[in-house]
Amino acid sequence: MARIGVYVCHCGVNIASTVDVERVTDKIKECHSVVIARNYPYMCSDPGQELIIKDIKQFGLDRIVVAACSPRMHENTFRRVCQSAGVNPYCFDMTNIREQCSWVHDSREEATAKAIDLVRSSLSRATLLEPLIVDEVSVTPAALVIGGGIAGIQAALDIADAGFQVYLVEREPSIGGHMAQLDKTFPTLDCSACILTPKMVDVAQHPKIELLTYSEVEEINGFIGNYRVLIRKKARYVDMDKCTGCGICAENCRMNGRVDSQFDLKLSKRSAIYVPFPQAVPMKYTVDKDNCLFLTRGKCGKVPACQESCPADAVDFTQKDSYIELDVGTIVVATGFEVFDVERKPELAYSYYDNVITGLEFERIVSASGPTRGNIEINGKEPKRVVFIQCVGSRDKNLGNPWCSRVCCMYAVKQAHLIKDRIPDASVTILYMDMRCFGKGFEEFYDRVRSEGVVFRRAIGSEIYRKGDGLVVRAEDTFLGKTVEIEADLVVLSAGIEPGDGTIDMARILKLARTPDGFLMEAHPKLRPVDTYVDGVFLAGCCQSPKDIPDTVAQAKAAAASAIIPMSMGKVKIEPIRAVVNDQICCGCRTCESVCEYNATEFDEEKGVMTVNSAICKGCGSCSGACASGAIKIYHYTDQQIMAQITALSESLCEE
Amino acid sequence: MSEKSRFAGDDNKLDRIRSDWEPRIIGFACNWCTYAGADLAGVSRIKYPPNVRIIRLMCTGRIDPLFILKAFFEGIDGILIGGCHPGDCHYKSGNHKAQRRIILTRRLVGQFGIEPERIHLEWISASEGERFARVVMEFTNMIRSLGPNPIGRSRNGG
Repeated sequence: MARIGVYVCHCGVNIASTVDVERVTDKIKECHSVVIARNYPYMCSDPGQELIIKDIKQFGLDRIVVAACSPRMHENTFRRVCQSAGVNPYCFDMTNIREQCSWVHDSREEATAKAIDLVRSSLSRATLLEPLIVDEVSVTPAALVIGGGIAGIQAALDIADAGFQVYLVEREPSIGGHMAQLDKTFPTLDCSACILTPKMVDVAQHPKIELLTYSEVEEINGFIGNYRVLIRKKARYVDMDKCTGCGICAENCRMNGRVDSQFDLKLSKRSAIYVPFPQAVPMKYTVDKDNCLFLTRGKCGKVPACQESCPADAVDFTQKDSYIELDVGTIVVATGFEVFDVERKPELAYSYYDNVITGLEFERIVSASGPTRGNIEINGKEPKRVVFIQCVGSRDKNLGNPWCSRVCCMYAVKQAHLIKDRIPDASVTILYMDMRCFGKGFEEFYDRVRSEGVVFRRAIGSEIYRKGDGLVVRAEDTFLGKTVEIEADLVVLSAGIEPGDGTIDMARILKLARTPDGFLMEAHPKLRPVDTYVDGVFLAGCCQSPKDIPDTVAQAKAAAASAIIPMSMGKVKIEPIRAVVNDQICCGCRTCESVCEYNATEFDEEKGVMTVNSAICKGCGSCSGACASGAIKIYHYTDQQIMAQITALSESLCEE
Repeated sequence: MSEKSRFAGDDNKLDRIRSDWEPRIIGFACNWCTYAGADLAGVSRIKYPPNVRIIRLMCTGRIDPLFILKAFFEGIDGILIGGCHPGDCHYKSGNHKAQRRIILTRRLVGQFGIEPERIHLEWISASEGERFARVVMEFTNMIRSLGPNPIGRSRNGG
């Protein structure tokens, strides 16, 4: 007979203020197999854990139930406690009486009754729990980094420097991401390209990094330590080995100066064969298949001009997309963000007026390598009156974007400074909801820019219309409580950050959860901010939430360190939740074979029964649910264990 | 487990339970989406009725129709099943398998005289704490309007 110890946690007042923990403990004491039942203010604390260890030794307990927070929070903590006292970690069950009880109910009476039910359900399961042996698998000493922005670059460099092979995948022709588009970085005013491009070169030259640009992750299978990744290398129509990056092809391209440059946000033109920007890594040309005359119309002169002019004979229109498969042990997702589409706020008239631009467009305009070579001008004219509108696409419940994008306040302050620096007699007004200058050196920089004469006005921009040659910004001044109108030659919309398509694709491919804002969900918002619930997969940068460059780099280094741990250990433990077939009961109908997504079942021709390959099985239990004979057992989620919970929960019908 | 038999011939108790009858619902939640969504409802302190008791499974694909029949036989009034949205299943397609089984199970219980609406499947992701709370509330109200599970009632001598 099982000897069970039950521990009810107060979690300070988190549980105890709604659930009568004394009553739960008293009720549970009466139950079958319960040797000891206690309650304690913090079970997860050191003394709380000691309590369990002491009781296991003193009372010879062989099953432990802890009623506390969610098992997603502390199941592993208590499994370790059990193990340290000689109880198999799978002879432990956790009852969730916080997230799914005390925090969601008001009535003490009802919450207590529910808590008692839930603990009884756990108890009935606990009596049937079986000791399981944790499997160890070896870890492939290679990592996949998805996304070649600053987050992916930093993570790739750190992992490679630790001595592990890295595959860095980027869907664009060059790495660099959004950071490559920025001019100066706040609050220190470092030149963005000057600090980024050396890192890009380091990536290209690192012997442990294989750079896969213009490539997309199509499929990922496997589990921690043993992921298999399918990558599609999009056809560049340029032989990477032959291309020297001389650029003669682009000069000769018949579309030269006729294709919008995405890198310059359509503010400049390029050819149909191009590198996104002069410092691109790799410095190899790519044919833009949507704009190439030869690829869209099948004809470009007698011979395509690029092909004819290339001295290295690198242009190759016979190229097709190719696929490669990689084996990796860990994965870092660094898929970044997209800038809010300001056309979703039509009242700000972005699509009507050339002198209404986004913050990122301003970065290109003010950049020395940008379309105006760093001169702040719109249609050839230098603006004398500039208005910034903050929180465009951030903190906006009507749009479904309630979050703060965390960079717009500071980039607007920086851009205001750059305007004052280049055009000292310009008037600059920033219309803000709240100025959030929270980072290191941010407040000091904000103070400095205020002293430079930039006007900060607490107002919400509501409409932009034309007046003569200029614009008028209508705004609600939230201090004065009235509508004001401000004339401007240039309006900069401080557009926020949204999760991009790449992030959403990765969530689907890797089965990563997303938070309500659409960004990828970390395993715990405080204590596991770079982990995910998929073991061996880590997050870095803006795919997890909006953040600035220092925070992105810090998180990338954290994700790299987390990815290195299993690789340097060489082995990881995996959950022994697996299916097993009882060949005495199995009738060989092969139904399970048809429902298994992993092809983990195999028919034993000789015995006429199914078998499960436990190395492939993931323990989802679909086969067990489908088995008409009841021949398939899922360890840790057996029919008996689940049935016992159902019975326990229904028995409470007749209680009080 | 307590071995008390159901109602044990205690007529007063039976009457009292009938007069302030509360729906008893078992929820099957998959570990990756709906269980996490329920946790998020908790972290966000969104209130909902306490009638649902959750049993955590790795995947809704694990659900054997027998679990549902057993629960109704034991007198449970409703079964709420929460899984990942189509395409989001941690195990690729366990949710679809659950869906197919639930459709059949609903038809089956109808033949036993149990209203098929007592079985409800909903896709609730890890980010949908609010939705989890709303689904629990709506389902609880629906079961309340249906009244006690007829099988449970007859077994209880009613």
